Amino acid sequence: MTDVSATPTAAAAARSQGAGMKTALRWGLYLILGLFAVYYLMPLFVMLTTSLKSLEEIRTGDLVALPREVTFDAWAKAWSGACTGIQCEGVRPYFWNSVLIAVPGVLISTLLGAVNGYVIAQWRFKGANIIFALMLFGCFIPFQVVLLPMARLLGLMGIAGTIPGLVFVHVIYGIGFTTLFFRNYYVTIPQELVKAAKVDGAGFLRIFWSIFLPLSIPIIVVSVIWQFTQIWNDFLFGVSFSSAGTQPVTVALNNIVNSTTGVKEYNVDMAAAIIAALPTLLVYVVAGKYFIRGLTAGSVKG
Amino acid sequence: MAPILDIQHLYKNYGATEILKDINVSIEPGDFLVLVGPSGCGKSTLLNCIAGLEPITGGTLKIGGEDMTHVSPKDRDIAMVFQSYALYPTMSVAKNITFGMKVRGVDQATQDRKLAEVARQLQIEPLLKRRPGQLSGGQRQRVAMGRALVRDPKLFLFDEPLSNLDAKLRVEMRTEIKSLHQRLGASMVYVTHDQIEAMTLATKIVVMKGGVIQQIGTPAEIYNKPANLFVADFMGSPAMNLIPAKARANGVGTKLEIARDGAEPIVLTDTRATNLPEDVILGLRPEDISEPGYRSGESVQQAQCKVEIVEPAGADTYVMTTLGGKQITARLHAETAAAPGAAHTFAFDLGKVSYFNPGTGERIL
Repeated sequence: MTDVSATPTAAAAARSQGAGMKTALRWGLYLILGLFAVYYLMPLFVMLTTSLKSLEEIRTGDLVALPREVTFDAWAKAWSGACTGIQCEGVRPYFWNSVLIAVPGVLISTLLGAVNGYVIAQWRFKGANIIFALMLFGCFIPFQVVLLPMARLLGLMGIAGTIPGLVFVHVIYGIGFTTLFFRNYYVTIPQELVKAAKVDGAGFLRIFWSIFLPLSIPIIVVSVIWQFTQIWNDFLFGVSFSSAGTQPVTVALNNIVNSTTGVKEYNVDMAAAIIAALPTLLVYVVAGKYFIRGLTAGSVKG
Repeated sequence: MAPILDIQHLYKNYGATEILKDINVSIEPGDFLVLVGPSGCGKSTLLNCIAGLEPITGGTLKIGGEDMTHVSPKDRDIAMVFQSYALYPTMSVAKNITFGMKVRGVDQATQDRKLAEVARQLQIEPLLKRRPGQLSGGQRQRVAMGRALVRDPKLFLFDEPLSNLDAKLRVEMRTEIKSLHQRLGASMVYVTHDQIEAMTLATKIVVMKGGVIQQIGTPAEIYNKPANLFVADFMGSPAMNLIPAKARANGVGTKLEIARDGAEPIVLTDTRATNLPEDVILGLRPEDISEPGYRSGESVQQAQCKVEIVEPAGADTYVMTTLGGKQITARLHAETAAAPGAAHTFAFDLGKVSYFNPGTGERIL
């Protein structure tokens, strides 16, 4: 950047000027990033503070002000007392519904995705690419398109309006994504590994279980986070394919907020919303660094 | 004794592409067969066919006298060492070596005994608890060999096992594989593109090109009597000199006239060659072109040529000149007086000369 013909002192001056410029730019960058961070955290801040205020304080106070008096009444009510329509049990039963839908949904779709990816990447057969392309296509089908056919299918299978029915829907919808994750991960593993294991006498499942699954921790984490977020946050399938006792927490949250009459209990709504969002937050906090690592990982040395 | 590996009229196609054409090879127990050729010649495919990792399109393939066409790799009683070693990344060295036995349900005591035996043989005892990722290239190579050795198979298969190692380690491991073969007396099939590996290791070499076998023979046969121009050029380093010449029969044998730039042609006489066509290609190894005084006999004749390039290589000095329009290499002593640009007297030893048909490339004599 400095002119080679310049005298040493001039070069040094230019360099220090350049360094000053660099520092200014750096601080400018931090400022902009800081502003964005505040902008993104603002809603969460409002939710948290509102949920800790009493209704009286919400009515009279400022939206962004800190609570004058911290109270957990709204949280207790949201968890076990808020009304969804005619029932007043809070989000608790629906929270457990969501757990019962998400946990098997995540596990089954991840396992199926791993097997699919293993077959498509390492046991190339005729038409493997077409099948993979079709599965990929499944990732891009909008939810709305499958609502009616899926409702009919669930009816025929006799699991309409049940939790197994919702698990089934989420597994079907998730396979496209999980297959994509695992296929792209396994495709970077040298084929010689399978050959070596074949010569050693191992079969299809043995190779998968003893060699590929132990290698897959990073991509399993990615798949679990992705699927858990998708299934937990799903609203449309939850509202379409559930019945009174099997609604997931997202649907219950909507009912709490929309079905109250009279005074709007903003503090209860906010607390319920935070409760509904906590599990996905938790998953990110616990496994977030593996998520990034898993997305960028792949090549296996050795 | 019955051949341990017997391949007859083997064909391999991928769709409409013929990868291997009419392969016929067989080896006796204890043989070290090397498949050598440039990349894409089908040698690795042939090895995969022997292993059962690729189905064959036609012909028969027998191991230990039994037809293997529809037998899966695990039932062929073979062990294989791969170029990338293909060690199981999440298993320790010990588990890598015993995995095959574990899969086959061998009892723990036998596993431990064989593991200890192989670890001692390959000197990898201190590494047994490590993961492949914590090993150097040479160590991984040893573990991969250990995984094969522990199986005690009818046939060992090696797929370019040394090509990921650096030059020095490659030579060390080569010697080690050779001594292993001599110690065990096992039958081995080894794929490489390195003709020096082929020469040093093999008891039998198969030279391949474009899915077709060019020549099968002992290293000496391949080196001294190459079947065609391809084999002559491929095997040996520096390559065999292939010099176009005009042949004329005279009373005592054949006179060979070799054109030279800006000078009279060189005339050499081969007293043993008869009935050569007029146009021939003369194949002379670099070591058969030396300096007067080092070799004697009636096959040795002298001629002066202009030296173009001098390449000292330590033990020898390679000297290049042009004959018959081709650059040729002579292997002279390290202390040679040959200097670039000056004329030098060379001694041509026709004792081991090869003759090729320039049209077909096949060996004539």
